[in-house]
Amino acid sequence: MKHEVRLGMPQLPAPDYPAEVRARLEADAAQLVGRYPDRRSALLPLLHLVQAEEGYVTRTGIRFCAEQLGLTTAEVTAVSTFYTMYRREQGGDYQVGVCTNTLCAVLGGDAIFGALQQHLGVGNGETTEDGKVTLEHIECNAACDYAPVVMVNWEFFDNQTVESAKKLVDDLRAGRTVEPTRGAPLCTYRETERILAGFPDERPGAVEASGGAGPATLAGLRLARGEGAHRVGPPRPAPPAQTSEEGEG
Amino acid sequence: MTVAPEIHDASPEKLLAPVLSAFWDEPRSWTLETYLRHEGYEGARKAFAMQPDEVIAYVKDSGLRGRGGAGFPTGMKWQFIPQGDGKPHYLVVNADESEPGTCKDIPLLFANPHSLVEGMLIASYAIRCSHAFVYLRGETVPVLRRLHEAVREAYAAGYLGRNILGSGLDLDITVHAGAGAYICGEETALLDSLEGRRGQPRLRPPFPAVAGLYACPTVVNNVESIASVPAILNRGKEWFRSMGSEKSPGFTLYSLSGHVANPGQYEAPLGITLRQLLGMSGGMRPGHTLKFWTPGGSSTPLLTDEHLDVPLDYEAVGAAGSMLGTKALQCFDETTCVVRAVTRWTEFYAHESCGKCTPCREGTYWLVQLLRDIEAGKGRMADLDKLADIADNINGKSFCALGDGAASPIFSSLQYFRGEYEQHIKGKGCPFDPSKSTVWADQPHPEVPA
Repeated sequence: MKHEVRLGMPQLPAPDYPAEVRARLEADAAQLVGRYPDRRSALLPLLHLVQAEEGYVTRTGIRFCAEQLGLTTAEVTAVSTFYTMYRREQGGDYQVGVCTNTLCAVLGGDAIFGALQQHLGVGNGETTEDGKVTLEHIECNAACDYAPVVMVNWEFFDNQTVESAKKLVDDLRAGRTVEPTRGAPLCTYRETERILAGFPDERPGAVEASGGAGPATLAGLRLARGEGAHRVGPPRPAPPAQTSEEGEG
Repeated sequence: MTVAPEIHDASPEKLLAPVLSAFWDEPRSWTLETYLRHEGYEGARKAFAMQPDEVIAYVKDSGLRGRGGAGFPTGMKWQFIPQGDGKPHYLVVNADESEPGTCKDIPLLFANPHSLVEGMLIASYAIRCSHAFVYLRGETVPVLRRLHEAVREAYAAGYLGRNILGSGLDLDITVHAGAGAYICGEETALLDSLEGRRGQPRLRPPFPAVAGLYACPTVVNNVESIASVPAILNRGKEWFRSMGSEKSPGFTLYSLSGHVANPGQYEAPLGITLRQLLGMSGGMRPGHTLKFWTPGGSSTPLLTDEHLDVPLDYEAVGAAGSMLGTKALQCFDETTCVVRAVTRWTEFYAHESCGKCTPCREGTYWLVQLLRDIEAGKGRMADLDKLADIADNINGKSFCALGDGAASPIFSSLQYFRGEYEQHIKGKGCPFDPSKSTVWADQPHPEVPA
């Protein structure tokens, strides 16, 4: 494990944010705190906020949350380490999560995750040298009718194959535009965290991107309309048009 | 009423009943404008013409049962809120959909978040709540965007805020994103999480209806339960009761996934069977047969092809030895190794156990060790009884149902597939080829992972 345990003298208090950063974050924090009858309820949003600022939950971020809510840093640390979405170290601009819970794993998630580890040369939770991609296996993300599923910064990339997933990470590393099957054009991990903190995505077109519902979501509706039992999703494996890298590595 | 047993005669048009999903195929299905064109907020208007207690009684009479897994009557939950107690009351919508296999609330909210907002209006009016929350799992940003937008639109149009539609109801909705923890789908863990703490379940009683969020009376309902309320108010409880059975009335979303020809959401009256759903949707993938399935997520005991004709309602699935759960119909064909499937689910439970209760925290850990050994061909016959014994020590012996859920796949897979476990042990390895289970296995040019 990378999180080594160190005994000995306690650490000195974390440094504060620079004054202008602190002032900006305090204004954001006040908005978030104002949405709850009890201040402490804003802790999860505030942890997303400090993660949006620095890319992971730093000791400075923990100190900031504690000061905003009148908690100790120990209390904030206890909460932030409970939830898997709070990073404890810097990651890449794009978090690529491959679902390896049973259904996705069986349908191809295990093969995709294995191939991406080899393709990128990183293990679970590790980041590529260029700082672009952090690869993770994730748990069921409520998209089983689109299995196998890959999430990038928590946008849906449905019906993946080994080849489509390799192309996806190559495109991310090369700075090419990738579009989720369900969700908005990708923003960086830190920008995503700001939405998670509770600040709506202001980019034009972000809300309507990718349309109302994916094809599998409409499978029953189409049948009920008498449109017949036909393959409603993209043909498995999807998507079709891609440069093959078969046999590589 | 039960649906017709003869699948080949019954057309999908007759067997399915799209209500929630009725206009999800509209190009801008998530907008207020689209919702209003489809009688949006009409249910709320009808509710506001009644007294709050009448609304509670109406929903109770409709027979609506919780769609999040447990099937508890929704109106009864509302009725448990003590009135005139001088405390604030809260409505918290559980949108932490994370049960493996479950994939209904996320597409529902993506396609039409306003059905939830309207349901929250009605529920808040009934229980006298002026501040409601949506606890959405954090890992679904596309849905978060549309919830933010739906709430913004509702405020701008006067469906949220002060004296809504002249009803005297004041309501604010806070959309709250979680941070990755399956356990927060358990209602008391969800409340702790919403209070800014580690998401660990509380001992009950007191139940949330008495001491929930901030120790005030709180209703916690699933997304689909609340989103079903507007249609009940608008079209009537008799209409709702005309679908499904006496004890399990109404329509619901069935989520078909796995080795099926056409996975997706199928909205139908309660009581439809898996045989009917497969029959109308194209069946299993070509050339393969159903081996095992879950009726409602990984926490509901596995069923097999013997159970294809079990009506998928609360009573019948219970009588078949499982639970309706979230109606997450994960179907696996004969290429799938049941030991692999159960091992992976068990790893999930071990990872997601919050650590509060010893039987669950320790038991899930040891189950994983035993299962990994068996899967790798290093198990012993005595391990099978040990698995059952540990599962028995978890089941029913922890604060919440996560432990019970972890025990379900163990018990049921040993019941139906003990021979397959023995095969792994005697043959010192897994007899299955995982590449045959992939979605691309039968393609003419199969991908070979390098």
